[in-house]
Amino acid sequence: MFSFWKRFSKDKVALFGLAVIAIVVLAALLAPVIAPYDPSEQFFDGLTLEGSPLPPNERFWFGTDTNGRDQLSRLLYGARTSLLIGLVANGIAVLIGTLVGVVAGYARGFLGAAIMRFTDLMMAFPPLLLAIALAAILKPGLMIVIVVIALVNWVQIARVIYTETTSLAEREYIEAARALGASGPRILFRHLIPHLVPTIIVYATLGIATTVLLEAMLSFLGRGVQPPTPAWGMMIFESQSYFLNAPWLVFVPGAAILIVALAFNLAGDGLRDALDPTQRGRR
Amino acid sequence: MRAFLISTAAAFALLAAAPHVLAQSPKQGGAAVVTFNNDLTTLDPQVGYDWQNWSVIKSIFDGLMDYKPGTTELEPDLAESYTVSDDGLTYTFKLRDGIKFHNGRAMTPADVKYSVERAVNPATQSPGGGYFSAIEGYDALAGGKANELSGIRIIDDKTISFTLTRPDATFLHLMAINFAYVVPKEEVEKAGADWGKKPVGTGGFKFVEWVPGQRIVLERHKDYYRSGVPYLDKLTFEFGQDPTVAILRLKNGEIDIVGDGIPPAQFTEIMADPANKDLIAEGDQLHTGYVTMNVTMPPFDNLKIRQAVNMAINKERITRLINNRGVPANQPLPPAMPGYNTDNKGYPYDPDGARKLLAEAGQPEITTELYAMNVDPNPRIAQAIQQDLAAVGIKAEIRSLAQAEVIAAGGAGKAPMIWSGGMAWIADFPDPANFYYGILGCAGAVEGGWNWAKYCNKELDARAENADAMVKADQSEKRIGEWKSVFDEVTKDAPWAPVFNEKRFTYHSARLGGDPSLFTDPIHIPVNYDYIFAKDAQ
Amino acid sequence: MVLYLARRLSASALILVGVTIVTFCLTFLIPADPVAMIAGRNSTPEMREQIRIQLGLDKPLVEQYVSYAQRLARGDFGTSYARKSEVGPLIASRLPATLLLMLGAIIAELLIGIPAGLYAASRRGETGDKVAMTLSFLTVSTPQFVLGLSLLYFFAYLLGWFPLSGYGSLSHLILPAVTLGLAGGGWYSRMMRSSMIEILRQDYIRTARAKGMSERRVMLVHALRNAILPVVAMIGLDVGIFMSGVVVVENVFGWPGIGQLMWQAIQSLDIPVIMGVTTVAALFIVAGNLLADLVAPLIDPRIRLR
Repeated sequence: MFSFWKRFSKDKVALFGLAVIAIVVLAALLAPVIAPYDPSEQFFDGLTLEGSPLPPNERFWFGTDTNGRDQLSRLLYGARTSLLIGLVANGIAVLIGTLVGVVAGYARGFLGAAIMRFTDLMMAFPPLLLAIALAAILKPGLMIVIVVIALVNWVQIARVIYTETTSLAEREYIEAARALGASGPRILFRHLIPHLVPTIIVYATLGIATTVLLEAMLSFLGRGVQPPTPAWGMMIFESQSYFLNAPWLVFVPGAAILIVALAFNLAGDGLRDALDPTQRGRR
Repeated sequence: MRAFLISTAAAFALLAAAPHVLAQSPKQGGAAVVTFNNDLTTLDPQVGYDWQNWSVIKSIFDGLMDYKPGTTELEPDLAESYTVSDDGLTYTFKLRDGIKFHNGRAMTPADVKYSVERAVNPATQSPGGGYFSAIEGYDALAGGKANELSGIRIIDDKTISFTLTRPDATFLHLMAINFAYVVPKEEVEKAGADWGKKPVGTGGFKFVEWVPGQRIVLERHKDYYRSGVPYLDKLTFEFGQDPTVAILRLKNGEIDIVGDGIPPAQFTEIMADPANKDLIAEGDQLHTGYVTMNVTMPPFDNLKIRQAVNMAINKERITRLINNRGVPANQPLPPAMPGYNTDNKGYPYDPDGARKLLAEAGQPEITTELYAMNVDPNPRIAQAIQQDLAAVGIKAEIRSLAQAEVIAAGGAGKAPMIWSGGMAWIADFPDPANFYYGILGCAGAVEGGWNWAKYCNKELDARAENADAMVKADQSEKRIGEWKSVFDEVTKDAPWAPVFNEKRFTYHSARLGGDPSLFTDPIHIPVNYDYIFAKDAQ
Repeated sequence: MVLYLARRLSASALILVGVTIVTFCLTFLIPADPVAMIAGRNSTPEMREQIRIQLGLDKPLVEQYVSYAQRLARGDFGTSYARKSEVGPLIASRLPATLLLMLGAIIAELLIGIPAGLYAASRRGETGDKVAMTLSFLTVSTPQFVLGLSLLYFFAYLLGWFPLSGYGSLSHLILPAVTLGLAGGGWYSRMMRSSMIEILRQDYIRTARAKGMSERRVMLVHALRNAILPVVAMIGLDVGIFMSGVVVVENVFGWPGIGQLMWQAIQSLDIPVIMGVTTVAALFIVAGNLLADLVAPLIDPRIRLR
């Protein structure tokens, strides 16, 4: 553990990523303290006389949204919802997807085939319909969002991991490990999963952005976080048709999503290098 | 004695309008392209009931009655004249000569009979069949026990009469709505399930082709009975495009009318551009946006709480939110509708008064739900209402859902409050009765009905029916007065909180000409295609 | 191989049946009443009851499904509630546009993703790598509506290089295909870069380098062949992603595809259309997955079909 941290801490780029994440998390936690306004307050003079949102100005640093609310305050409060969804929901999806893919790819015969056909079934299904129906049984809210996103997103990951695992499983070193009498779980965790880490990291980091946007879609269908609770994806989704006329409405939350995803990617790359024994001493 | 009822006022108006038309005398020719975001569902006049297909159907088909272009004034169309019996129970229409369907066949009274029966016949699944419930024999046909309406009689090859079971002052309007438009039986039967995709009517435009998801092309009907109209030779509707992009295409000269209206995002910029001054037509709609409150469940079974909601909503701000494309509403009827009471000021915006009422009702803190359709700007409006309600102590959770789900919740009586935007009542015909029975009367306050407030006031129902029994010309003022008092009572009872009356802004290309009222026609929503003309054909 | 194929095909048929069953049940879970939509505002309870009986919605769920499945087996998708016309021809008229758009998008994302990934891997840690990877994040994180509208505004409206919308020629296809392909290309470039880096440190690459093989040859012949595997696995998956993602792009560019049809159907709860589109989409998704599994051993001979 110590040597891992030593390697990681030498990686300045990764440390930078980690610092950005820390700042964003801190901002989310301290939102009530640092936000200039109540994120739900619709100011009467937050819109022009013609009802258009205000561009960034001295009073509203990031401008106002289409309801006349302060964008900066919504961004800070929205970080709470969006980080939770981007990290937890996407994290669960990556976890399920990886496990299912590895097990199906490594296990031969009926079990592997059965798991993958089930995956195919899940994939052949319109995710929106799934989300609508699931939320019809359960009451909408943050929990539902997380469950739905995890249920929808694990499938693709499982498919990609599965294909890679089938290739890895046939390689000599796995054969060797098996010949040496290594147990199944040991082979999975010691020999297979480490080689899958690059793919997992790609999904885990790119998935943050797409997950946040998927949440917006769920909110639109009445199955997500309900208004006026701010969330980054919803902030973009509500105002994307304003993109040509009031670009700040999209740029502000869009940049936030991008920065968080990039920061996680930098940290993730550093994590991989630090974890990977073959990388020692090289960059 | 039978009263000859083709209104002299209408005839004078026609004469007065004629020189105006002659002075302009647009030449026929040219073409126009109109865009809609959603693909049209059907062009079957007995089935189509959304605002995209509503006006397209009006250009392909005709009914016995119609309205003067750009107005809400009733006039005979396929009928040349009509008479009403003294008891108000029999309407006799004399058909015009030389009316031909697009397939060349002459229209007969049998076609009129067939078409109205088709609307009532349950096999058609028409959403408008219920409008004809006053015609004798309705129950038997609607109940599947007969094949025709016994009240419709063909007198001779130019005359048809309708016998009603009760007087219905709106009957002439009913002969002007799409569901009563005349269709040729042989074409309906030939096309079968495809009838809605290859319509044949008597209207100014003839159907040419429908490329699913892409476009519908109409061309001028050469044998149209009104000479000189329509002015355009060709009319194309293009589908599937976001209005944001449609605006860019209009600026580029590719299309002529953005059927969906100007998107909120671009509204300010387009209005501010002096080059667009003559390209934007502004007009009133027969529309009210309102919040329904379910009077059968707590807390809205309490009148004081309903009144408090009416006083809590800041309509000025919400009107600003929709770019001032409307005026704050004070009663269920829109200002352009007969029966609108200028003396009825509704409820003032008074948060303190609202809090006081809630305290009097013994419920200073209320938690409830507000349903709204999920298409912009409705979630935004719902959030504005939510904030206003919160300010007086009513915590409303927003349920922003697909249209079908909101309608279901409203029909089932599960929704405490519904913001009507996107599903609101736009009158099918310009008469106060059209704003009552289905959405405020007892008939609609049943499982699956459209009276989402579930407001059922038997006394008002009786007064409404009484008003609609006044069918004579000299009673019309008294009738409207009666309707006025019905809606005043509704305002007092407050099952709704009226929020605004929408105005329509239509952005069209410089190539198109015509009176602005044609581009915001209250009946042919959004545009009366028959009377607009192409400037490049002049 | 033949046995494998037979097994997979029969499994695919089962999956399709499963999809229709689950979709059918889901549409009933949605709290909305199609009859209220059809019957309209002036209907009486009796009229609504009649329509319910006509549509067979009064029967138990299982019975409804069985009769639907029987008709489906004969190729009859039923009649649309809103349009009162047959669903089969409706889908058939929209499907070619969506398939063409998907094909264009797959070509676009491969043309964008693979070279970008290769380039980034070969310049690992350098500025070029960082720029390429930041761009890939940008394309993945940008909502399709914003991306499509930006491309359209710039290339079609301001520059006039492409038509603003429509369907029918190659120039109509390019912008929507690139819009869809940019996001996928972002994923592909990331996948490509990671697996290239992973492979470039394998022993056989070192051996090839030691033998004095040119770096270009090492990259393109030995490494690419192996690195492309996860990317190929994704192409099959794209079918599924596109099937649910095309609606936005179709709407921006006025592309007359199946996504718009589905979207309108969900809004108005037109169950026969929802069922039909889902079934047809599932058919393509299952085929895409099968194709991905069949192609994998061709690229990487170590994979055996089982």
